[in-house]
Amino acid sequence: MTSTLKRRLGLLVVMAALASVPLLFGSFTVSLFNDIGMATLVVLGLVLLSGVAGITSFGHAAFVGIAAYATAWLNTQFALSPWLALPCALAVTALCAVLIGALTLRLGGHYLPLSTIAWGLSVPLLFGNLTMLGRHSGISDIAPLSVAGRDLMSAEAAFYVVWIMVGLVGLFCHHLLNSRMGRAIRAVRGGDVLLSSVGANSFHVRLMLFVFSAVLAALSGWLYAHVNRFVSPAPFSLHAGIDYMFMMVVGGMGQLVGAVAGATIVLALKNVLQDVLPLVSQHAAQIQAVVFAALFILLLQNARGGVLSLVSRVLPRRPVSPAAASTEPASEPLERRTMPTKGAALLSVDAVVKRFKGLVAVNEVGFEVRAGEMVGLIGPNGAGKSTMFNLITGTLGLTAGRVEFLGEDITRRSQREIALMGMGRTFQHVKLRPNMSVLDNVALGAHARGRCGMLRGGLALDREEERRIYDEARRQIARIGLTGQELEAAGSMPLGTQRLIEIARALASDPLLLILDEPAAGLRKPEKTALAELLRRLREEGVTIMIVEHDMDFVMKLVDRLVVMNFGTKLFDGAPQEARADKGVRAAYLGDAA
Amino acid sequence: MTWDIALILSVDGVAGAAIYLLAGLGLVLVFSVTRVIFVPFGDIAVFSALTLAYLEAGRWPPTIALVAVLAAITAVKEVVAHLRHGRVAKVPAALGTWLGLPLLACVPAQLLAGQELPPLVDIALTLALVLPIVPLMARLVFHPIAHASTLVLLIASLVMHFLMSGLGLLFFGPEGFRTQPLMRGAVELAPGFLVSAQVLLMVGAAAVLAGLFFLAFERTLVGKALRATAVNRTGAQLVGIRPASTAALTYCAVSLLAGFVGILIAPSTTMYYDSGLIIGLKAFVAAIIGGLSSYPLTALGALAVGMLESFASFWDGALKDVIVFSLLIPALMIRSHFSHHSDDDVEEEEV
Amino acid sequence: MTALLAIEDLHVCYGKVEAVHGVSLHLDAGQIVSVIGPNGAGKSTLLSAAIGLLPSQGRILFDGQEIGRLGVEDRVERGLCLVPETRELFGEMSVLDNLQLGAYVRRESKADRRRQLELVYARFPRLAERRTQRAETLSGGERQMLALGRALMSRPRVLMLDEPSLGLAPLIVDEILAIVRGLREDGVSILLVEQNALAALESSDYGYVLESGEVAVEGRSDVLKSDERVFESYLGGV
Repeated sequence: MTSTLKRRLGLLVVMAALASVPLLFGSFTVSLFNDIGMATLVVLGLVLLSGVAGITSFGHAAFVGIAAYATAWLNTQFALSPWLALPCALAVTALCAVLIGALTLRLGGHYLPLSTIAWGLSVPLLFGNLTMLGRHSGISDIAPLSVAGRDLMSAEAAFYVVWIMVGLVGLFCHHLLNSRMGRAIRAVRGGDVLLSSVGANSFHVRLMLFVFSAVLAALSGWLYAHVNRFVSPAPFSLHAGIDYMFMMVVGGMGQLVGAVAGATIVLALKNVLQDVLPLVSQHAAQIQAVVFAALFILLLQNARGGVLSLVSRVLPRRPVSPAAASTEPASEPLERRTMPTKGAALLSVDAVVKRFKGLVAVNEVGFEVRAGEMVGLIGPNGAGKSTMFNLITGTLGLTAGRVEFLGEDITRRSQREIALMGMGRTFQHVKLRPNMSVLDNVALGAHARGRCGMLRGGLALDREEERRIYDEARRQIARIGLTGQELEAAGSMPLGTQRLIEIARALASDPLLLILDEPAAGLRKPEKTALAELLRRLREEGVTIMIVEHDMDFVMKLVDRLVVMNFGTKLFDGAPQEARADKGVRAAYLGDAA
Repeated sequence: MTWDIALILSVDGVAGAAIYLLAGLGLVLVFSVTRVIFVPFGDIAVFSALTLAYLEAGRWPPTIALVAVLAAITAVKEVVAHLRHGRVAKVPAALGTWLGLPLLACVPAQLLAGQELPPLVDIALTLALVLPIVPLMARLVFHPIAHASTLVLLIASLVMHFLMSGLGLLFFGPEGFRTQPLMRGAVELAPGFLVSAQVLLMVGAAAVLAGLFFLAFERTLVGKALRATAVNRTGAQLVGIRPASTAALTYCAVSLLAGFVGILIAPSTTMYYDSGLIIGLKAFVAAIIGGLSSYPLTALGALAVGMLESFASFWDGALKDVIVFSLLIPALMIRSHFSHHSDDDVEEEEV
Repeated sequence: MTALLAIEDLHVCYGKVEAVHGVSLHLDAGQIVSVIGPNGAGKSTLLSAAIGLLPSQGRILFDGQEIGRLGVEDRVERGLCLVPETRELFGEMSVLDNLQLGAYVRRESKADRRRQLELVYARFPRLAERRTQRAETLSGGERQMLALGRALMSRPRVLMLDEPSLGLAPLIVDEILAIVRGLREDGVSILLVEQNALAALESSDYGYVLESGEVAVEGRSDVLKSDERVFESYLGGV
């Protein structure tokens, strides 16, 4: 039996088992299942937002609350039916998320999670103090859900609505993760510079994801209001937000299945404790809070990967998306840029100056790179090479001077704009996503060559484009000689291979200029040789390459032309053999023998 | 709003600011030395206030049991860890540090509780009882994950708050307490401008404590070692400063600060087991204004929070907390804008 | 005689990547030993592992005792001291505070500390002039002096210097290296990591050339100075 078949069969069994829950258990247990389902919806959003993209939110209970109150208010004040109130509740929540996200998602480091505490605390306080929303007593007598004219009053009836939604949302999230936007989401942790280098807008990706997770929370809130038919501030407090976080960590942060597992374990455990603790102590409720907090802390200390990481060895390997798995070529390849004619000026750097607080890091340096050639920018430590690299790629703004790419002034352009023009880059400290496959890492490079957004990705309407992107990724992987290892995790590769994968990722963006930041640093001899061979081959294929490097040995035999820097100024510009004989270059590298 | 009302609100604001100043200093200290954003600060202040209330009422403070339980758990954990690594020789020292010292702090309270005592003795007993709580809790919660990302530490810290308030409910019960004011009457600062003596005491005590705090940091080698750890962790290690001992020292200092906060606030505000979060988070707004690193800016932040709270409560008593917490978002935005962070720290470990 | 500091078959990972592959080196009491090699050869990684900032596999013996499992502070207490490439000064604190903290590990009386402070000031008069200035306001050369001075406050037995000449003008480099040679007269043994190969060999008794995380060449400094292989590892062979 193939593993896909096994998985499908497994899924079928789980679905059948779930479907029979209302037939087998009493309504108390069914209610518990409903709670689990509603919590799962929130946690699914958190898995994507916090687990995958690393944007920690303690405040998602507030989004659940906003939607629950919105639908409750619309329903009780205007007798709007639940199904009509649903889009309103989702829209209100999404609007709040856009506002909050626009304000806070640029916050760096731990400031962002801290800001979620602020609104996670303020929103429920607001519910509790607004007369319109019934203050602390909340809103009651909310209409139940109804399907085909029948009110779903019982827990058993609501069960199917809740779990069908969980299923659909789970499927959407699964597709989303394996789409073009999903790759960007999985790369968010790699930092803004990585995403900009493939032409993605990191802030935009994070905002979309934030709003999406809020909408999932809203869906849960809408269900909550109509299943329980009563809302009050308590279930949407910061405490509840942290409980959702707990469920995510328990389940295993990065995995969608973890959302169900986490919600189930936490809520079931709460229930068991509620039954057991009163037998041992009269302070059952208090002890429960303490026990839960203590368990959470133990989990953080001992198994931050969550329960799924403990059983993951037993589970079958993570499936590959259909587009990634098929090796059947797409009907047509991705569009390519028009290549400049050989010898035309591609990049010209003119009298560039960069000062850091009075310290001159780069002083009036100028040079040119022409289409089809391979240029090395070298110099000893502290020569200003890396600064120069950052100035060209737009990572740093320059103090004076001018940089032109393809005849256009790019002095004031952002990294992303420059990347979109066709400048592909690699990183000195390799920026691959270690847990993503080689194929996905390289496919990320083609991000700007695709169009499908989150919606098409989640609904799996992006298959044709995905096939074209993966085709391109495979082609680049073949170019670096890694065919057959596409599905390995990038982090499991040796450093030399990781450097090659970064080059393949840059190539997947169809660059006009490939610019490499210290590609040989930390490599062993055979790895350097392999890298040099690849670069030679690429030059023969017509790729223009600029190498910023410290290692003269590596560059010497490779490049057509050398630019040597020391102490922020240009020391030399010419053929490699002449550089070797140049007195100034010798002194810069070996020091004065004085 | 008339000038008279504005003046009264300002006095309230300054009194609040005194509290947030002490708490804010504690938060900045903990964060700069250990990278922990110490959310449970307010809970410790509550423990202190409730302990004082029990002692004043001539009742046995459950804090003793709390400290004893925490000390026992910590000691067991430490001893087991030493035995597992075959470091038998270190067991007595671990027992002394984690069981002996905390219990020693409980002895005076155990002997004297239940009697009619002068207020200052009550206060001293309270501080002694509160002192071991943070070091013990931190050893249990934060020490095993001292090298984790700031984010993991933040999650742990938030969870620790729930643990603390849960313990508070368990040990102190749900009733609220208010303690006797340390000073009665009022002082006429200007013609027609009366300020209660208790408020003056609060502000004065906060100023003195903040001054002592400053001196300890500027003048003693140990204080400098704490600052050095905050300024440059690797540098501190390279001169042989042990992160674990600076952390322990920091947590002791924070325990004391929280103890004082509880004692100063309890006469004017009724304290419940769960009052801590709000106090801690407001101080936290002040600390964020100080960028979690600058003490003078934190003092300014404390003043801003105190004033805002006082004036907001005049405008709408129910929403004052919402207003104060909302200040956190602009404060964070300004801070984040000015703190440059290189792309490398954006790359978070997979938690 | 056993070496004061002996590193045997050391493997060090920097992140997930092994950057040092089985390096062995020896430093005898009273010696200056230099470790040279191009950027990315693993020199700094080696020193970080020796002081305990990075975990390592293999053996590190200090005065005959295995210290490879000890924490940084324990190694510092035993008399091993590192001045890293990044200096790691306490930027917001005064020069005097920085120096006093250098003696933190000795837990000695104020008078002893003062005496040692005077010795350091005598060696670096510039630091005495700037004692109240914040460390971050110093120039590059002064920072290097402060880093050295702070290290000397702990009276180390072995001083490991990572790129003391980095980013400094040639005149200051000479001054710093002269001071380093002077330290040997005071009985401090020195492990000197340098990119400025010729200057380092000029100042040391013995040298190791590191290339791609392995020892490519080793030998007496005066011999190495004229060894073509050193030249090649920097500028590339033909």
